[in-house]
Amino acid sequence: MAERSFKAEVEHLRLGSGETFTGEGILAITKALLQCGVGYVGGYQGAPISHLMDVLADAQDLLGELGVRFEANASEAAAAAMLAASVHYPIRGAVTFKGSVGVNVASDALANLASSGVTGGALIIVGEDYGEGSSIMQERSHAFAMKSQFWLLDPRPNLPSIVKAVEQGFELSEASNTPVMLMVRIRSCHVTGSFDAQDNVRPPLSVRDALSEPRRDFARVVLPPMSFAHEHDKINNRWPAAEKFVAENKLNEQFGPKEFPVGIVLQGGMYNGVIRALQRLGLADINGNTDVPLYVLNVTYPLLQDEFLSFSEGKEALLVIEEGQPEFIEQGLSTMLYRSGSPVAIHGKDMLPMAGEYTGQVLLDGLTAFLKKAAPNCLPGQVVAPNFEMPTVPDISKTVPIRPPSFCTGCPERPIFAAMKLVEQELGAHQITGDIGCHLFACLPPFEIGGSTMGYGLGPASNAAFDGGGDKRAVSFLGDGGFWHNGLSSSIGNMVFNKSDSVAVIVDNYYSAATGGQDIPSSRADNPTKATNNPISKALEGVGVEWVRQIDNTYDVGKMREVMREALTTDYDGPKVIVASSECMLNRQRREKPLRNKAVKEGRRVEVPRFGVDEDICTGDHACIRLSGCPSLSLKTLDDPLRDDPIASIDQTCVGCGNCGEVADAAVLCPSFYRADVVHNPGGFESWRAKIGQRFIAWLQSRRAVSRLNFSEA
Amino acid sequence: MAVEEQFVARAPDPQLGGIIKLAVMAVGGQGGGVLTNWIESLARAGGYDCQATSVAGVAQRTGATIYYIEMAPAGDGTPVFSLAPSAGDVDILVAAEMMEAGRAIVRGFVTPDRTTLIASTHRALAISEKTVPGDGVASSEEVRAAAEIAASRLILFDMEQIAADNGSVISASLFGALAGSEVLPFSREAFEQAIRAGGRGVEASLRAFGAAFERTADGIEPIASGHAGEKPDASGSEPTGSGPLLEQWRALRARVDGWPETVGDMARPGLQKVVDFQDIAYGKEYLDRVENVLSRDNEDKDYLLTREAAKYIANAMAYDDVIRVADLKTRAPRFSRIRSEMAAPDDSLIQLTEFMHPRAEEIAGMLPAGIGRKVEASERWMARLDRWFNKGRRLRTHRVRPFLMLYILGGLSGYRRRTLRHAIEVDHLERWLRTVFEYLDNDYDVAVEIVRCRRLIKGYSDTHARGLSKFDRVLDAVKLVAGREDAAQWIERLREAALKDEEGEALDGAVETIRSFT
Repeated sequence: MAERSFKAEVEHLRLGSGETFTGEGILAITKALLQCGVGYVGGYQGAPISHLMDVLADAQDLLGELGVRFEANASEAAAAAMLAASVHYPIRGAVTFKGSVGVNVASDALANLASSGVTGGALIIVGEDYGEGSSIMQERSHAFAMKSQFWLLDPRPNLPSIVKAVEQGFELSEASNTPVMLMVRIRSCHVTGSFDAQDNVRPPLSVRDALSEPRRDFARVVLPPMSFAHEHDKINNRWPAAEKFVAENKLNEQFGPKEFPVGIVLQGGMYNGVIRALQRLGLADINGNTDVPLYVLNVTYPLLQDEFLSFSEGKEALLVIEEGQPEFIEQGLSTMLYRSGSPVAIHGKDMLPMAGEYTGQVLLDGLTAFLKKAAPNCLPGQVVAPNFEMPTVPDISKTVPIRPPSFCTGCPERPIFAAMKLVEQELGAHQITGDIGCHLFACLPPFEIGGSTMGYGLGPASNAAFDGGGDKRAVSFLGDGGFWHNGLSSSIGNMVFNKSDSVAVIVDNYYSAATGGQDIPSSRADNPTKATNNPISKALEGVGVEWVRQIDNTYDVGKMREVMREALTTDYDGPKVIVASSECMLNRQRREKPLRNKAVKEGRRVEVPRFGVDEDICTGDHACIRLSGCPSLSLKTLDDPLRDDPIASIDQTCVGCGNCGEVADAAVLCPSFYRADVVHNPGGFESWRAKIGQRFIAWLQSRRAVSRLNFSEA
Repeated sequence: MAVEEQFVARAPDPQLGGIIKLAVMAVGGQGGGVLTNWIESLARAGGYDCQATSVAGVAQRTGATIYYIEMAPAGDGTPVFSLAPSAGDVDILVAAEMMEAGRAIVRGFVTPDRTTLIASTHRALAISEKTVPGDGVASSEEVRAAAEIAASRLILFDMEQIAADNGSVISASLFGALAGSEVLPFSREAFEQAIRAGGRGVEASLRAFGAAFERTADGIEPIASGHAGEKPDASGSEPTGSGPLLEQWRALRARVDGWPETVGDMARPGLQKVVDFQDIAYGKEYLDRVENVLSRDNEDKDYLLTREAAKYIANAMAYDDVIRVADLKTRAPRFSRIRSEMAAPDDSLIQLTEFMHPRAEEIAGMLPAGIGRKVEASERWMARLDRWFNKGRRLRTHRVRPFLMLYILGGLSGYRRRTLRHAIEVDHLERWLRTVFEYLDNDYDVAVEIVRCRRLIKGYSDTHARGLSKFDRVLDAVKLVAGREDAAQWIERLREAALKDEEGEALDGAVETIRSFT
C-alpha cells in the first residue's frame, strides 16, 4: 500500500478522444503510454517518479483490461532488463526510474539493450532528480545516452509536449531500432496542466501472445562477433535513421523571428524558465511569443548538425542554455560550428554557471549578461541601467534555521538510532556507514550517526574494508528496501562470503518507506498482485548468516541497546546481522487512525496513547530532544520569571509511539515524561473500579493539601 | 550590427501583469499540497489558466518545501508559466510557519514593490533550535521586523491556532487568510466552493477557513512574545491552606514588601517556589539568604545582584530530588491538567504511566547524610544499591498502589533536611554564594555573572552531572579573567558557550581562547 492512493486519478486514465485530461505531469505520461499501445510497463520507485509507479500499481485493473503487463521490478536494473522483450518482439515497452542513481543501477542492462537494439519501441522514462530539493548526488543522465548511444528526449515542461514526447519517443525508437530515454525534470513530473486525451490502444501484440510464438535472432546477442557489428550498426544505420526521423518530424522546435543577430539554443526542459526570463526582459509575451529566436532541443542527443547550422546561419552569437555539467551539448555544437568554419560566436557556460540548477534568477542573469554583450540594443533601458533602488531588508539569514529532513513523528527508526547513540556513549564512537532510505536521516542532527552512503543496498558493502575487524567493529545500516533491491547479494552475501567480522543493522519498516511506502517482499500487508510476507531473517539464514537477531519492537530502546551491545562485543567473529522491525508510523497511522475514530464513534472501547511532560519537573536541559528529534517533541517557554530556558513539551500530534519514555528510561534522563492513555468508552466494571481508585486518590490528595500551603497552578 | 539597430525594444507585455505568481512555503507534513490543490481548483473554476508545481521528495519529511502556482485569465493563447518562483518576482507568498516566512525573505521571494506576505506566526521549531541545552529558539521578532520592510502588504497571525481551535489543519486557515486578504480576484464563495470540491474534512476546513477569513480583516496582531524574559509576576498568587499557615505566609511576604521593588518582583515568586518545595521555615531561610545579599548590594546598580540572587537562590534551594518529583507527580491539579491537555472526553478514563529510573546515587542521596556519605564512599554498597534499584520503573499512577508509593515518598519533606542530597545542595549553595561575595568587593559585575552561572546546573543524573561540571569549569575560568576590565563580559561569554552544546565543547574552546591571552 503506497503512501498516496491514486484510485481517483486512475479514472482519468480511462478518458477517451474528445475529452480533456487535467492533472499532474506524471499522470499524463501514464495516460500517454496507454494511448500509444504500450504492451508492458515496469520500473522502480523513487522521487520524482514514485507516483508513476503508484499510479500503475493502482491501475492494474485497467492495465489488465488492455492486456498490458505491469511489474514492480526489484530494482532499476531489473526494470531496464525487462525491456529485453522489445529486442525481438514488436511490442512497445516502457520502464521508469529516477536519474541519475536509478540510471546508474540500470546501466548494465541499458548498455546491453542499446547494443542489441530493439524491434518494438523501448522507452526509459527517467525522472531527473537534479536541483533544489534533490536527495541524491548531482549528476546528469545525459552521459549514459552518449556512451551507450540511445536517444535522449528532454521535452518542454508542459503536458501536451510531454505527452507528444512519449508518442514520438516510441516512434523514434522503432524508426532507429534504438531505445529512447525520456527525461523529465523533477518539477515537470509534478507540474499540473491539461491536454486533449485520446482513446487507449490495446497493444497489437501482447506479451501473452508473444509467449506463444517465441522469437530469437542471434544477431541481437551481445557476443562477439555480433557485438562488434552492433557498434557499427549504431553508427552507420541507427544514428542516421534517428537523425532523419527527428528532422523530418520536427521533434526539435524553433520559435521567434528568423532574422536576428543572436539566438538561443536550449534544452526543452529549460523552455519555461527561459521564456520567463525573456518575459521579464520585455522580449516575450505572456504566451511565449519571443523576439529572440529559440532553437529548442526536445531531443538533446543526438544533436542534428544540419538543423543547428541552419539555425545559426546569419547570427552573430548564440547562447547555449544547458543545465548541469559537463556541458556536453555546448561542446557538441561548438565542434559543429568549428568544423563548418562558421564565424558565429558561441556562449554558454561562460555566461551561466557550470554547476547547479538553472533557477529563474540564474537564467535572468545569464540572459541579461549575454544580451548585454551580444545585442545590447535589444534590452530595455532599465535593465542596462537600473534606475530604482529597493529598500534594504535586514539580513536575517543567520536567524532563520536550516530545516533538514528528519524522521516523522513516531517513526520506528528513531529508537534504533537513540539506542545506537547510547551504545556509542558506552563503547565509544564506531565506524558507521549508512545506506539509502529514511534511515539515512540519522546522519543529520540530532543523531549524527553514519558517515557515508555509497548506494542503494550498499551500506554493509561499503564497510568491506573493515570486515577483518579490529579493536572495534564496523557498523552499517541498511533499509528493508535496500536489502531487497541489492543488499541481499551485494552486501549480506558479500559479508558472509568474506567472513566479515562487522555488524549490519537492517531497518525493517515493512515498506519502501522513503519512496512513498510501496510494498516489498518482506511487507506484512496482503497484496493481491504481489507475494509479500517473506521475512528478511529467513533470507539471511538462506544466504548463510549464522548470527541473526530479530527485534520485533524497535521502540524497546533498552532491548535495542542490549542487542547492539551484544553484536559489538560478542566473541563470534562472523557477520552479525540485526533485523530491527517495526511498521512505518506514517503508513500505520494512515491505516489505523480512521478505524480507531470509527470505533470511538461506535462506542467501542479504544485506548489512545499520548505522551506528556510535567512542566515543573522538566528543567529545560533538552537532553531528551538530543536523543529524539521527534517533530512532536518541541519546546515551550513558561511564563515563569525564575526559568531561563524553554522546557520540553509534547504537542497534540504525538502518536504515543513510546520513544520518549523508553529513551528517558534507557538513558536515565529525567522523570518528566508520562504516558496518558485515554480510554474511550470504558466498560462498566472498569469505570466502577476506576471511580473507587480515584476516590481513594482524591482523599489522599486532599489530606495532604490540608497540611500545606497550596499555590494554584497558574 | 545592421539588424540590431532596427530593433526597438518593446514595452513589457501588459498582459504579463495579469500573471499572478503565488508561492507556498511550508514544513513537510503541513498540508501544503492540499492548499495548492484548492488554489488550483479555485483558479480554474474562476476562468483562469493555472499551473502548479512542487518538489516533494525527502523534503516532505519535516524539511522545508515550496509549492508554486501561476495563474492568468484564460485568453486566446496558452500562457507560458514558470515552474519555480524567482527572487523579486512573486506576488503572493504564503508561509505556513514563521521561520519559513523568514526563509522566503532571505531567498528574495518577498519584495516591497509587490509581494503580499501571508504568514502564520506560530513556530515549528527546527532541530537545531531544540537541541541546544540553553535557549536556541530563533527570534520571530527579527523575522517580523524584516517582513515589515520586505513585504508590500503583511498579513500575520497565528493560523495554526485558528486551525486547531476549529478542529482543522493549517492549510484551511491559510486558505482563509488568502481569501480574506482579497489579493486573488475570486469571491469568498468561490474559495469555499474549492474546499467543498476537495471533499475531505469539509466542515472543519470551512470553519477554520471562515475564522481565518474574519481574522484577516482585523489586521495584524502582535506576536505573542516567544520569551517570557525578565517579566516577573509582580503580584504572586495567594495560596490556600489552614489559617495559621496562611498567617505565617503573609508575614513572610510582608518582609519582601519592604525591599526594593526590582528585588521584590523576583523574590516573591522565589519565595513561593521554596515554600512550595518545603515549608514556611525554608522560605524564611530563603529570605535570609537573599537579605544577606541585599545588605551588601548597591543602590546605584539598581540591586541587580540581589534580583539575580533572588532568582537563582530559589532555584538552587528547590533542587530536584526524589521527594519533589514524587510530590509533584501526586498532586491533584496535575491530574486535572493532564485531562484537559489530552482533551479527554468526560466519559473517558485516563491511565497514567510514569517513567522513573532511580540510580544508586539517588538512593544514597535519600539516606541520612552520615550514612549516605559512607554508602557513597563504599563501592560495594553502591554496586549493591545499583543492583537493587537501578532499573526503569513504570509506575501506573492512576492505580492505587503505585500512587500510594509515590504519595508516601512525596510526603517525606519533613525528613528531607536530614538527607545526604540536602547536605550536598546546601554545601554547594553556600560555596557558590561565598564565591560571589569574594568577588563582590572588587567587581560587582563579575559577582552578578557568577550568580547567573547557576543557570548551568539543571537536569537529572548524567545531565545534572554535566551541568555541574560546566558550572565548575566556568567558575575555574573566572580566576583567569578576574581583575580584567572585561572580566564580566568574559564570564557571560563562557556561560553562553556552555549552553551551546551538551558536552561543553564550545565552553572548552572559549576557555582555550582565554588561556591564550592570559
